[in-house]
Amino acid sequence: MNAHSLAHAVPLTPAPPQVLLPEPVLAVADRPAAPRRLGLGVADPLGWLLGPALLLFAWTLGSFFGLIDPRVLPAPWTAAETSVDLIREGRLQQNLAISAWRVAQGLAFGVSAGLLVALLAGLSLIGGYLFDGLVQVKRAIPTLALIPLVVIWFGIGETMKITVISLAVFVPIYLNTHTALRGIESRYVELAETVGLSRLDFIRHVVLPGALPGFMLGLRFGVMSGWLALVVVEQLNATSGIGYMINLARVYAQTDVIVVGILVYALLGLASDMAVRAAERRLVAWRRTFGK
Amino acid sequence: MTAPFALSPIVRVRDLSRRFTLKGVLNGVDLEIRKGEFVALLGRSGCGKSTLLRAIARLDHEAIGSGEITAPERLSVVFQDARLLPWKRVLDNVTFGLSGPEVRERGKAALAEVELAGREASWPYELSGGEQQRVALARSLVRKPELLLADEPFGALDALTRIRMHGLLKRLVASHEPAVLLVTHDVDEAIELADRVVVLEQGKVAADVSVDLPAVGPERAARFAALRRELLGRLGVVEPAALASA
Repeated sequence: MNAHSLAHAVPLTPAPPQVLLPEPVLAVADRPAAPRRLGLGVADPLGWLLGPALLLFAWTLGSFFGLIDPRVLPAPWTAAETSVDLIREGRLQQNLAISAWRVAQGLAFGVSAGLLVALLAGLSLIGGYLFDGLVQVKRAIPTLALIPLVVIWFGIGETMKITVISLAVFVPIYLNTHTALRGIESRYVELAETVGLSRLDFIRHVVLPGALPGFMLGLRFGVMSGWLALVVVEQLNATSGIGYMINLARVYAQTDVIVVGILVYALLGLASDMAVRAAERRLVAWRRTFGK
Repeated sequence: MTAPFALSPIVRVRDLSRRFTLKGVLNGVDLEIRKGEFVALLGRSGCGKSTLLRAIARLDHEAIGSGEITAPERLSVVFQDARLLPWKRVLDNVTFGLSGPEVRERGKAALAEVELAGREASWPYELSGGEQQRVALARSLVRKPELLLADEPFGALDALTRIRMHGLLKRLVASHEPAVLLVTHDVDEAIELADRVVVLEQGKVAADVSVDLPAVGPERAARFAALRRELLGRLGVVEPAALASA
């Protein structure tokens, strides 16, 4: 270890006589040497499909044996036939495109505004004083409670719908980005001080990349609440969109069309969440927790 | 404490006191470090050695205190954690905060010096603890500091890695010739690396001992042991071996 201990090193004792051990039996390949006794074990990446698959199975059985009244819930195959019909007529694509376009616009406005205000409030004290309190008040009001007011201001057209979706997206984007911006670890601030970074470079190289995971988390929540807001505004005097399709079906008691619409909403929500997560994996490649 | 460092001190601390809200940490510390001198600051935990280093590094914003500090503008700090920015690749961590035309070349050269050539594009999490600390060393040295402040830089490393890091640090300091203030609680590390060991006790300098051991030979071991005993004694530690021989 050091000169002192080296000088007093004891000469090596002769090796003990070899003891003959029985040859180890060849280990079976691809088996953990010592399986974990406690803990949950290794998760299957497709394991989450089990619950939905069981539900689908129960639904099929229930419909097949007549346990489920088709007026309450149509059989899965009826829903499948209906979706084929809807696609053939072009109604599904048309309404889907309109709904997706609404959400896209709402996301564009909501994300830009949320990001901008979060940067203003997160990067300066005065910005925080100006905006953070306001957003906290806004946060306490559910966005959907603002709908009557927004309808009076903007009518029942597209502007109202996109405004509500934007507001719903804005809040989670702001909250998560702002928290991440203000939560930069002080040890990185210290490091930036010792290397003599300017304020601008500090924001560019430390604060913004450090806050990126927070923003991406906000984006995931934002996309989800965007779809939620869409569902609500499309029930309000809409003349197009998946929600309109569902509402119209309610009037004619077409349960199968309602079920197809709901499934489309589910698929859209899942698909957009997966898209955000894929973007997250690319943008935040430096994080050990992703990609595993 | 005189001969090899005839030049004027580049760090001068006069009657430095620092306290945090609850208890005093430094009580009138005087310290000088000459150009190119390697000083180890030794002390038990809580004696204020990190506080002194942070004061010299101008990082003690939260402390209240008095006294004077003169320290060069060009100083680098190595922390106990490597403190690499996880979102920057290794080379960008080395050149972090630098700009200019040859920065990348200088960064690569610094990485080669710490034996990490070829790891420029790795993410910090892909490196072992010792490798991360070597990147931190490269980041410090690429700035050509007049003063290198190291706050228990090897404290989080395993014993074998620590020995290799000692050798590396010695070579780097020999070629770059910065003055060094190394905070440590490891007496062997202090004697092994430093020209001078300053012992801090309850916020005061309790001892200031030059290390002038011969580089090799049987005499070195004996002198090393004597110095070790003396320093441990200053820290209030009596080794069982010493008790037995007494």
